[in-house]
Amino acid sequence: MSGKNYRKGGTVMTERKLPKLHFWSSFFVLLMITLAVVLFKRYTQGIGAISNLNDSMPWGLWIGFDLLCGVALGAGGFTVTAVVYIFHLEDYKPMARPAVLTAFLGYLMVIAALLVDLGRPWNIWHPLVFWNPHSVMFEVGWCVMLYTTVLFLEFLPLVFERLGYNKQVHFMHKYLTPGLVIAGVLLSTMHQSSLGTLYVIVPEKLYPLWYSPILPILFFVSAITLGLAMTNVESFLSFRAFGKRLEAPLLRKIGAATAVMLMVYLVIRIEDLLVHGSLKYAFKFDMASWFFLAEIVIGGIVPMVLLFMKRIRRNPLALTGTQILVVLGIMFNRMNVAVTAFQLGTGSDYRPLWMEFVVSMGMIAIGVFLFSLAARYLPVFPEGPLTDAKPKDPFVELGKLR
Amino acid sequence: MSTYALLFDQSLCIGCGACEQACQSEHDQRPHKPDKLDHDSFTWVEDLGHDQYARHLCMSCENPTCVSVCPVGALEKNSLGPVTWDAKKCIGCRYCMMACPFEIPKYEWHEPNPRIRKCDMCVHRVTKGMPTACASICPTGATNFGTREAMLKEAHRRLKKYPERYTGEVYGEKEAGGTGVLMLLTKSPSESDLPDNVPQHDMPHLTWNVLEKLPQIIPVWGAFLGGMYWLGNRKNEVAAHEREELQERGHGDD
Ligand code: SF4
Ligand code: SF4
Ligand code: SF4
Repeated sequence: MSGKNYRKGGTVMTERKLPKLHFWSSFFVLLMITLAVVLFKRYTQGIGAISNLNDSMPWGLWIGFDLLCGVALGAGGFTVTAVVYIFHLEDYKPMARPAVLTAFLGYLMVIAALLVDLGRPWNIWHPLVFWNPHSVMFEVGWCVMLYTTVLFLEFLPLVFERLGYNKQVHFMHKYLTPGLVIAGVLLSTMHQSSLGTLYVIVPEKLYPLWYSPILPILFFVSAITLGLAMTNVESFLSFRAFGKRLEAPLLRKIGAATAVMLMVYLVIRIEDLLVHGSLKYAFKFDMASWFFLAEIVIGGIVPMVLLFMKRIRRNPLALTGTQILVVLGIMFNRMNVAVTAFQLGTGSDYRPLWMEFVVSMGMIAIGVFLFSLAARYLPVFPEGPLTDAKPKDPFVELGKLR
Repeated sequence: MSTYALLFDQSLCIGCGACEQACQSEHDQRPHKPDKLDHDSFTWVEDLGHDQYARHLCMSCENPTCVSVCPVGALEKNSLGPVTWDAKKCIGCRYCMMACPFEIPKYEWHEPNPRIRKCDMCVHRVTKGMPTACASICPTGATNFGTREAMLKEAHRRLKKYPERYTGEVYGEKEAGGTGVLMLLTKSPSESDLPDNVPQHDMPHLTWNVLEKLPQIIPVWGAFLGGMYWLGNRKNEVAAHEREELQERGHGDD
């Protein structure tokens, strides 16, 4: 049970998937070359040269997808670590490391995307010294910075373990992990909700179906929902790529928990619209109304009902498919807030330029690439397929013992 | 002391564009006839047809949204009234552009080192005790400069004297909690191409209401999480202890 087996496992996997890898790696290389050209343009000619952003649409695809969706997708990190370390549901321990790694890389990619989106990225550290506590962006900046550090420290034991620094790993697990996990949950509570608060100051600019003074609560609850759903999706993806996934009964429980969280979220969301008298816009059957109905019905109510059905939860494929729908539904919500609702509210005109997509796709590709590197060289997954792992014999114990 | 303010009287404006030119030369910009506000045009006299004109410029809000949202405090409300931008602090996040209810801050989209650009109420003149360039040059008295108190008083005097001339409100008296540019309009705000849905209260409290709750919520939430951790941990320790005891007793029986 040491690093050697890992490398062996890794090689076997690579050989089996060679033709597929070939396709993906050429795609990856092409994407990276395009990204490099686009970035060169960006840093020599300005953001206007590679995007359709303009004075009436200062935030677009990057803020909607890379920042809002990116941070929300990273919610798996704090959700799973809280479940495992704070609520002591140790059965889920096998998912803790992949979730922390995904979140860590996800946040790194969010910061990388910000270095493209910020007009003066070399000043990105300024919130450290120039304070404005009245600014939501100031708070988001601090939280993202601190939480990325927390994720780094949570990720460090993987590297130490690989290097054989077992004493340090033991020390970190015993003394640092609980504090780090709690700090992570607190920081996540703050910035996941604050991404919604960002929009609380533009009541007249956001279409009423998406504006709400309780956007922070909506963003936080949906982030937890997304975090749960992502655990299943990640488990599925890692099964496809590395042959490791959670046991089916655990996935079923996550499915049930997602259903409950989704229900809570939908009740708050709809009740809030009712209270503000905005629900009528949902049935105008114009573009806004279709976007809203798609988000709430296809990305919310349908998967919620499905997840409540035992039949769906018992079928791993149907379950994962439904969880993917949950993920897409909440991502669609973020895009709607950032782009659709702002455009409808201000009448500004914006279609992302293809180069904006290159930046966003490039960030995902780099993230996936780094993940697969880490999965190959670091003890991210326990030995052997997770499906065979005994729930009471979690791999994290490895670090504690040796 | 009251801050300084501009009073624009739509009924007196002849659309000569002198204020645009004065503004451009005051800010070292190339002389041009603007057709909108942009990084190169801090003020724009819009032709509404039928000899009617609207002036657009930063409203120099009393409690500016842009100042409250800027993460690094690059935007500041000068005690004399102008709202200024600091190149040394700005990170280019464009939250000020998103948040300003009058859509005033503009951006240098095609610069590698872009600036936020907007009217600064001629801060360099105002601090020297001079009126803004636009107010000094205006040939008809459509643009006036003075303390906000005096400008507001004058606006209401004109409203009372010529009630049939104006819409009946001073645009900027209550918009976004009150602005440093007051407008006497002969056409409604929407007909004058000004935002007509600006809330009649200041905006920064909207997000501050949320942010100020964090110091209350976070410690409670943290205590709860810590408590849950401790409870579960204790349970595990007790269980481990009991197992040990059982084992020991087992040995004793041997
Ligand atoms: S009009 Fe906009 S840019 Fe000008 S002070 Fe008010 S919020 Fe700031
Ligand atoms: S773009 Fe600059 S001035 Fe505007 S909010 Fe961001 S940091 Fe502040
Ligand atoms: S200088 Fe005076 S009259 Fe001429 S366009 Fe400007 S505000 Fe109107």
